[in-house]
Amino acid sequence: MAKKAKPFKKILIANRGEIACRVIRTAKQMGIKTVAVYSEADRDALHVLQADEAVCIGPAPSSQSYLDMKRIVAAIHETGAQAVHPGYGFLSENAAFFRRLKKEGIAFIGPGERAIKAMGDKIESKKLAEKSGVNTIPGHTVALKNAAEAVKIAKKVGYPVMLKASAGGGGKGMRVCRNEADTKKAFVSAVREAKSSFGDDRVFIEKYIENPRHIEIQVLADTFGNTVHLFERECSIQRRHQKVIEEAPSAFLDAKTRALMGEQAVKLAKAVNYVSAGTVEFIVDQKKNFYFLEMNTRLQVEHPVTELICDLDLVELMIRIAADEKLPFTQKDLKIKGWAMETRIYAEDPFRGFLPSVGRIGRYEQPEGKGVRVDSGVYEGGEISIHYDPMIAKLITYAPNRNEAITAMSHALDGFYIDGVRHNISFLAALMNHPRFISGNISTNFIAEEYPDGFSSKDVVHDNPAQLVGVGAAMHMAYQMRAAAISGQVPGRERQVASDWVVKLNDMEVAVRVQAVDGGYDVEVLNKTKGISKAILEVRTDWQLGDPLFKAVISGNPVIVQAQRLAVGYRLSHTGSEVIVQVLSNMASELFKLMPAKKALDTSALLLSPMPGLLLSLAVKVGQDVKAGEELAVVEAMKMENVLKSERDGIIKEIKVAPGDSLAVDQIILELE
Amino acid sequence: MHDIIEELEKRRERARLGGGKARIEKQHQKGKLTARERIELLLDPGSFEEWDMFVEHRCVDFGMDKQSIPGDGVVTGYGTINGRLIFLFSQDFTVLGGSLSESHAAKISKIMDQAMKVGAPVIGLNDSGGARIQEGVASLAGYAEVFQRNVEASGVIPQISVIMGPCAGGAVYSPAMTDFIFMVEDTSYMFVTGPEVVKTVTHEEVTLEELGGASTHTTKSGVAHHAFANDAEALLYLRRFIDFLPANNKEKPPVRPTPDNPDRVEMSLDTLVPDNANKPYDMKELIKKILDEGDFFELQPDYAANIIIGFGRMEGSTVGVVANQPMVLAGCLDIDSSTKAARFVRFCDAFNIPIVTLVDVPGFLPGTAQELGGIIKHGAKLLYAFAEATVPKVTVITRKAYGGAYDVMSSKHLRGDVNFAWPSAEIAVMGPKGAVEIIFRSDMGDPEKIQARADEYRERFANPFIAGHRGFIDDVIMPHNTRMRICRSLRMLKNKKVENPWKKHGNIPL
Repeated sequence: MAKKAKPFKKILIANRGEIACRVIRTAKQMGIKTVAVYSEADRDALHVLQADEAVCIGPAPSSQSYLDMKRIVAAIHETGAQAVHPGYGFLSENAAFFRRLKKEGIAFIGPGERAIKAMGDKIESKKLAEKSGVNTIPGHTVALKNAAEAVKIAKKVGYPVMLKASAGGGGKGMRVCRNEADTKKAFVSAVREAKSSFGDDRVFIEKYIENPRHIEIQVLADTFGNTVHLFERECSIQRRHQKVIEEAPSAFLDAKTRALMGEQAVKLAKAVNYVSAGTVEFIVDQKKNFYFLEMNTRLQVEHPVTELICDLDLVELMIRIAADEKLPFTQKDLKIKGWAMETRIYAEDPFRGFLPSVGRIGRYEQPEGKGVRVDSGVYEGGEISIHYDPMIAKLITYAPNRNEAITAMSHALDGFYIDGVRHNISFLAALMNHPRFISGNISTNFIAEEYPDGFSSKDVVHDNPAQLVGVGAAMHMAYQMRAAAISGQVPGRERQVASDWVVKLNDMEVAVRVQAVDGGYDVEVLNKTKGISKAILEVRTDWQLGDPLFKAVISGNPVIVQAQRLAVGYRLSHTGSEVIVQVLSNMASELFKLMPAKKALDTSALLLSPMPGLLLSLAVKVGQDVKAGEELAVVEAMKMENVLKSERDGIIKEIKVAPGDSLAVDQIILELE
Repeated sequence: MHDIIEELEKRRERARLGGGKARIEKQHQKGKLTARERIELLLDPGSFEEWDMFVEHRCVDFGMDKQSIPGDGVVTGYGTINGRLIFLFSQDFTVLGGSLSESHAAKISKIMDQAMKVGAPVIGLNDSGGARIQEGVASLAGYAEVFQRNVEASGVIPQISVIMGPCAGGAVYSPAMTDFIFMVEDTSYMFVTGPEVVKTVTHEEVTLEELGGASTHTTKSGVAHHAFANDAEALLYLRRFIDFLPANNKEKPPVRPTPDNPDRVEMSLDTLVPDNANKPYDMKELIKKILDEGDFFELQPDYAANIIIGFGRMEGSTVGVVANQPMVLAGCLDIDSSTKAARFVRFCDAFNIPIVTLVDVPGFLPGTAQELGGIIKHGAKLLYAFAEATVPKVTVITRKAYGGAYDVMSSKHLRGDVNFAWPSAEIAVMGPKGAVEIIFRSDMGDPEKIQARADEYRERFANPFIAGHRGFIDDVIMPHNTRMRICRSLRMLKNKKVENPWKKHGNIPL
């Protein structure tokens, strides 16, 4: 095939954030001019800075900007763009948008209208899949009429079953039923939720798969009917149906299953004359039976893992396909090479039930190195807006095998430094170091099963505390040596820095002897403590005082620890665990033992604001009797109303704030007696 | 000779035990360290030179002649912190509750006198039940001797108080006159009259903690500058605080090497000020990004948080930072923030510490609470302090500098040495809306006209260039170069010499 150097002169990216930046990157490499569109909230966003041209398409709410076809079409005409890449989300799977572009004579970098429409409807797509010979989950593809019918069909399919909204997504309108009574009850609530969430009350029933794995097949088709699959991605690590970690290939599939799934995915794509990149999602049970879930007619968030194992640029291929170029390879040219892992860095606080966090990114340093790729949509000094998805970046690592990809990911996460907004990096790092994740024995229930009470990095036990001892001791030595270099010292009485210290780490005390050597510090462990043996830790580093990232090689192992200096000691974060390390003289260490443990504030009688926001209303008065579960106050944050309820019975003793006040995280709203 | 040496050792041993093992045990149970343990933590190992170990009180009333302990409830002397000379006293609660006798006071006075002679800071570790009542007026005289020395030393040597136990009644006035008061959470309190007396006189029921605990004084009264979690943390952290201070008023602040590049560029500062003039941003981000290693020792962080004060370093040398905080009360000046910053500015001026002022101030806080509370005289304190200061003064206006508050915040007119503005600066008598409503009062009925006038006003005045025309601003700088520009200015100002006219002392509005 003769590759055209430049399939288009100029394209417009109808999206924002990392995916807009991702598309711009490839377009630039291809010599194609890029047009960004942006809302008023994104005036200074990274994709705007990176594009050759940028057009403002309206106010912050996406309904008035990124979802507004009229504005986008106007931007296309204004800039003379020949094609549009929709990214994911927003208008990417909107058939009306496709029609509109077609009418205007603008190329859509994505599939055709028929595919978008057929796959946009869960029931329709399932019927189509069945017809094309694709495995589907046993169930009933017709909308249920009533509860009695639901029970009848559930019996036929066999329990457990799942009720699902036809127009659903994100877990809304889904119910697992294990018996008849469940089914009756769930039918009513599923219909109600489907109607209120999607304005479509059609609900259907299917078999519920226990411990399922989410494995999807990337397909790619050109306008000449050539369709291939680019193997699978496993996205089983999800939190509330949001993917958290994706990898390719899957540790679960064998060559036979892979080939079968690929074949079926291609069949389905052909059945709808699919063009461009798409993804066929399957659910796979423990016996490697796989069932069609849905087809996404767009570029997926997790496409980079496929790009890495296939050594392809999917965005480039999409652009070329949209310009009617032929696929430059056939199925048999494609091979899986290596292993790729992706984590999604979200602006959400894992310690507070993954509440989204917004605001200014004060510090932002992303990892780099061989086999590390960061698809980011932000920069230091940029803003995470309340109006959009809270994804900050995607971190992808690539290595010859799964274990090495995991190790690389863990290391890269350690080197990812974000300050200003809360983020889930420590949670991702903990996942990467979780033995069950490493073993590959995962399912979509993994997070719910392993972290039933949420996540706290203080609970994550570090598997090599000696490293943290080495880091703490080396940092402390550096600070002490500098303190000893202050001017104005009494001649002959200058500060002498001792070499023997006690490192306190949780309940451990480790005696060390620290020596500054060329290129770092030798930290000799003098006593054997649990998990730490007597040895000399060779800490080699060019770390500079004040740098929040302590990058070092400790006895041959590269380590990056995130460090924050406290009044006394250092807060160290590494591989998802967080510890406070104090480095003290022997005497100080003994005296510290006399210090009383701080009484934690008794919060059981307090109502704290779970997030920064605005107090909308108070439902109670001082002296009022309240019962557990009763509404106390409503806090508005991120345009969402959060009803705060009493956790116990009691009498309102004091109210500290008034409606209309802005609240900080953990600010006391009221006190119970 | 042998016997005498043995006797000396015995006496020393006796003095070191203070109030005895049982009382030491009790002190520990309260979560407190002993006077000597505190000194050991604070000073460089082995550097402590103790004086007056054998001093005993001379009181014979109320059976006091039978309970005399060498040292008399306070350990005094000198030593070094990171090699620099420090005088200190540490009250010993195990000896008669650390109560202050005539000789106890004399010991404190003695080291203060010595510190004045050689020009070195004095640190007081306070843990005392108050006056030694048995001694009567002799004890009161002792307090006054200390007070007098506190005042004489004020502005000559830095004086630091750490409250590590009770500090009540007249005793509070010695720390009150020192430059900095630090408190330990849960175990220290300060008040003039305690809860018992308060209850008798005003019938108010109040706990020790509510009346004079660390959180009260660091959040509500503004008496204390910082609270620490416990004794040990307080003393180790204090070592880092001392490193910021010069030894006396004739010395320049200490310098220590830093790997931080004075020319470090911070591109992210270009987006710090939001487009929307009413949207707040965190001034601490700017402070941390311009200081060496992001190391900022903030004072009174939880009191009058609409202004930020504290120490940092630039090119290794101490600077005092005064900054409006748009996150709190929009950064307005009010009574508390004015007095908070004024005292800090005067400390810096007294001890040759250059002042970096970061300005985003929409004006003074309106309201009866402020006016009736005397914002006129309290606001004047900050104005007075900046105007009087002769140390190097570098000012950066990041956004709003409106009205009288513009003048106050180390403006060019108050002998600001280098006054910069960011391109986002708006230097004007007031904000556009308020201004046009006065200038164009006749257009008030026509919102469209008013909006047009406001836009015109914004265009004309909401920028740094009008002030630039007149030379009130030395340069408009790019936010990302702020550190570099301040560092260069401070280097240029290193040998600045300005003297105020001779006077006995000025008359700052109190």
